[in-house]
Amino acid sequence: MSKIPGDLHYTRSHEWVRRLPSGQVEVGITDHAQEALGDLVYVEVPQVSRRLVAGEACAVVESVKAASDVYSPVSGQVAASNDDLAQRPELLNSDPYGTGWLMRVAPDASAAAGALLTPAEYAQFLAEAG
Amino acid sequence: MGLRTPLYDTQIAQGAKIIDFGGWDMPLNFGSQIDEHHAVRRDAGIFDVSHMCIVDLTGARTRAFLRFLLANDVAKLTLPGQALYSCMVLPSGGVIDDLIAYFMSESWFRLVVNAGTRRKDLAWIGEHAGPFGVAVRERTDLAMLAVQGPNAIAKTLPLLAPERRGAAQRIARFSGAEIDSWFVARTGYTGEDGFEIMLPAVEAAAAWRALVAQGIAPAGLGARDTLRLEAGLNLYGNDMDESRHPLESGLAWTVAFEPATRDFIGRAALTRARGTGGPALVGLVLEDRGVLRKSQQVSAATDAEAAAPRASASLGEVTSGTFSPTLNRAIALARLAPGAGPKVLVDIRGKAHAARVVKPPFVRNGKILIPV
Repeated sequence: MSKIPGDLHYTRSHEWVRRLPSGQVEVGITDHAQEALGDLVYVEVPQVSRRLVAGEACAVVESVKAASDVYSPVSGQVAASNDDLAQRPELLNSDPYGTGWLMRVAPDASAAAGALLTPAEYAQFLAEAG
Repeated sequence: MGLRTPLYDTQIAQGAKIIDFGGWDMPLNFGSQIDEHHAVRRDAGIFDVSHMCIVDLTGARTRAFLRFLLANDVAKLTLPGQALYSCMVLPSGGVIDDLIAYFMSESWFRLVVNAGTRRKDLAWIGEHAGPFGVAVRERTDLAMLAVQGPNAIAKTLPLLAPERRGAAQRIARFSGAEIDSWFVARTGYTGEDGFEIMLPAVEAAAAWRALVAQGIAPAGLGARDTLRLEAGLNLYGNDMDESRHPLESGLAWTVAFEPATRDFIGRAALTRARGTGGPALVGLVLEDRGVLRKSQQVSAATDAEAAAPRASASLGEVTSGTFSPTLNRAIALARLAPGAGPKVLVDIRGKAHAARVVKPPFVRNGKILIPV
């Protein structure tokens, strides 16, 4: 069973979103996603200050087997990217909700959070996807 | 649900993640495919390769038949048990499949062909066997295990009856021997030493469990692919197929043009293609971070040293690419115009990345064979 922390929000494309005290949001891929991808060997994170629209492909994670896009859960501007992943992509496997974070985004003031899933909704989504 | 080998339930119990491979439900990995890869390079791993198709050919003229059917020449096999890698080609020279032929006795040869090409291979072999009076029998009663790695043989020997271990230890590279109900061959698809064991399907699960109990790591098709690519071994369907002949697939060494008196299917086409300077299969090592993948386009580097290298004329494309766990960078086989390199550019998601042309294999017997 994959882990779904109770203090995060989720997307149907298997990203997670953490609201930081600063008002920024931290984004990564879920435990379910890293498990499905297998050993990750390469990560491409977005450049700081890049503007993102919710749903836009903004990062690439590659396992031995395949490359997958990561979609921005929110609209806003990239405030930080996790550069450690260039040397240690395996952090996405070992610690997807912690040191394996991908980017921090300063969300647009107008950004609606309504489309994100609660932990219970994401768990149900995974169960239905089988 | 796909076809299942006799080891399906055993592997599920050991945590196998299953994928479809040519209609078969096969293990992709048992956790981390990179760990499985390293286990084979450094110690020993075991693969279920029972999906591969074992075909026994029998009859007084079996050798003559194979000398006609295969691009390599089974006349090279002089001692029972010896094995030969060969392509089976069309009259056009295109590759129907690659296979291993084992010389069992003068009236009995064994072929091991790919699972995905089983049906067309059997049809092709059957069609040509008739005039030679050769009987073709698929051995669905057998399973096949590949035990590979520097410690694979030492860890397999204790499973054999004590009086048989000496015989197994004496098996030469690229040869095999019948040991009771098993056929044990010192062949493989990983670039490491080890055995491929063909055994009655009913014995397979017990043998698998006993080998794992010896400390041999269960490994899946994911690791098998990274190991074979590091070893510079072709995958049928990626690196060659019916539209490509062996000479442009890195397999010129497997085509026996001598003796000139031997007639074999495809000889005329391959003789014409010989020395015409067509494309060649080469190795690539990516200089940047990233992963090489099948079908990525390769072009000449006009100024590969520049900060922003510009791509020019297309040279060809990647036929197999992956991340090499041993080299910790991306490697590939690519079919490129003659004389390509030493620096080329590979298009990865619209960006040109610098790569180096090298001669495969990249890794054999645990050692890195290319400059890094």
